[in-house]
Amino acid sequence: MKDIIGRIQSKLGDRGKDIKEQTNNRVYVSVDRKNIKECAKILFEDMDARYIVASGMENFDSFEILYHFGFDKESAIVSLRVYLDKDNPEIDTLTDIIPGISYIEREMWELLGINFKGHPNMKHFLLGDDWEKGNYPLRKDKYEK
Amino acid sequence: MKNNKKTVIVPIGPYHPLLEEPEFFALYCDGEKIVDVEWQAGYNHRGIEKLSESKHWDQVTFLVERICGICSTSHPFAYCNTIENLIGMTIPERAKYIRSIIGELERIHSHLLWMGLAGHFLGYNTVFMWAWKYREPVLDLFEIISGNRNHYAMFKIGGVRRNIENEDIPKIRKMLAEIKGQLEMLIGAVLDDPVLTARLKNVGVLTKQDIKNFGSVGPVARASGVDVDVRRDEPYAAYPLVEWSVITAKNGDVLDKAVVRLSECLEAVKIITQCLDAIEGKAGEIGEEVRRVPEGEGIGRHEAPRGECFHYIRSDGANSPVRHKIRAPSYTNVPTFKASCIGQTISDVAIILAGVDPCYCCTERVAVYDAGKKKKLYDFQHLVELSKQKTERIRKEI
Amino acid sequence: MNLKTKALKKSLWVYHMSGGSCNNCDIEILDCLTPKFDLERFGIVLVGSPRHADVLLCTGIVNKKCVERVKEVYEQTAKPCVVVAIGACACSGGMFRDSYEMGGPLNKIIPVDIYIPGCPPKPEAMIAGIVKVLEKLK
Repeated sequence: MKDIIGRIQSKLGDRGKDIKEQTNNRVYVSVDRKNIKECAKILFEDMDARYIVASGMENFDSFEILYHFGFDKESAIVSLRVYLDKDNPEIDTLTDIIPGISYIEREMWELLGINFKGHPNMKHFLLGDDWEKGNYPLRKDKYEK
Repeated sequence: MKNNKKTVIVPIGPYHPLLEEPEFFALYCDGEKIVDVEWQAGYNHRGIEKLSESKHWDQVTFLVERICGICSTSHPFAYCNTIENLIGMTIPERAKYIRSIIGELERIHSHLLWMGLAGHFLGYNTVFMWAWKYREPVLDLFEIISGNRNHYAMFKIGGVRRNIENEDIPKIRKMLAEIKGQLEMLIGAVLDDPVLTARLKNVGVLTKQDIKNFGSVGPVARASGVDVDVRRDEPYAAYPLVEWSVITAKNGDVLDKAVVRLSECLEAVKIITQCLDAIEGKAGEIGEEVRRVPEGEGIGRHEAPRGECFHYIRSDGANSPVRHKIRAPSYTNVPTFKASCIGQTISDVAIILAGVDPCYCCTERVAVYDAGKKKKLYDFQHLVELSKQKTERIRKEI
Repeated sequence: MNLKTKALKKSLWVYHMSGGSCNNCDIEILDCLTPKFDLERFGIVLVGSPRHADVLLCTGIVNKKCVERVKEVYEQTAKPCVVVAIGACACSGGMFRDSYEMGGPLNKIIPVDIYIPGCPPKPEAMIAGIVKVLEKLK
């Protein structure tokens, strides 16, 4: 596990902050949202990690996205943590690096209202096209039945 | 999508009796060839991630069980692994073995179910009826162990809810031996069948690069030679304690997916037998009490029949999750149709789409009865019909 | 008993529709038709189009995206048509009743004749339900 933390540290340099193993085999790395594209590229292409999924959530004063990557040989999962503004959650899309990430970005857009800049096909995926605008069900405050 | 005049849109996936769930795919075709595919989802969406935030830790086990009916143990398995990862605990020995037994029994019934449906899509209903007939004893086994044919409710945080009684084990063994015989017969019959081989060979090929791009897992990845299996890569439950091997194939076509799945059934029987040996005649705790889940985040995985099942949980120390992210294996397996369908003929689409063993309720989505807004050229039944005709043709040629 | 219902109860053709279910009820419906339970010996056949159906088997919570489709399917069936709600979700919403996508339960959308509760109901329970349909038609 120390080995993989060291490798990520050297590859990401200053871009990866507080790299630590929080629970058994799970490593979390904080990344600035401007650098997410480069960091994801390093993990996915250079280090040959397997894309698992991304998960978004709303905190009290920010939005947070975790991009999970699997390192199967080391039996580890490395998650890149990105914080976004509460008022204007926006981040670059990763579809040009990882084609499979397209659906989860659409899902985060419709369920949490996070905007992905440059996504080629931003349409409703799970909810109907007539879903009320501005009602994002996974947000903590705006939830209405 | 480019609006080429020659391109014809073929919607598949109105409600169809032999699809377990509805689904919607729009095929853009040029003649018989597929140019592009679009996938629409959300008809099975039930908002489980949100519901989970309003349930107690213990109730979530039952909630995630109802994500999917076919692989109904894989989500509780992954969820319990997540919480145990968050707490940093280990579970008693006997509970580990029982967990693996349930997980592997489920693998057998799920793979047999897939084989049956695949046979049906090819118009080969003998395979369908056989596979489903041999699947029944597995469900009977579940009934003996847990009291229900599906939704076994065997898992709880820290162990299992119900013991496998020592008196039941000889009976389970006997049934397992019967299942093994039937499996071997079915596998021989299916894999040696010239019609099935002609129909499945080199259809819907996925390369290693496709698998990496879409992050596919499970038998879909292993059929293409990508050697991933959570059971080996990150040992949990009783998997490191027993002897078994990961099955891989090379070509990545639908035939290889069938080979991988069917061979995995035999591996599963092997694992179950060893687990039964280990617990027979012994007594032991089957669970540890977990009173409180501390603050923190955890990630847990389980190798479900369809591939890696991923759960992420954030806890603030209260009695329900703050965020519960669930990724079912089909979420990354289904999008591979972008790579496997394009360039194939319409008659092969049914089996290619079925080849990844899609599970839309897991993926939280569904299909549509397209209410006559677009002119329907083919519906799914026509596709199955076309597929059947092709099988008939090949059968005559051979 | 008029001619229509007499003809109807000879051989029931069922159409199965999932409105956002966990798949389990659907699998158990299919199970009824495979060798162990073999409902076809009673003339019960699963058909591919609602226009051929005498019985509509509905599963799942019927989420908001499905509501219109379910109505559409019901309108297309030839009447009289018996609607059966299969499973806890279709009967009452089950554990998903508080979900933001909940559009049902089924009896809010179309008239339901028979409820078969259970999660999932066993094939035996479904067969018992279908027998009750036959009695109801008398």
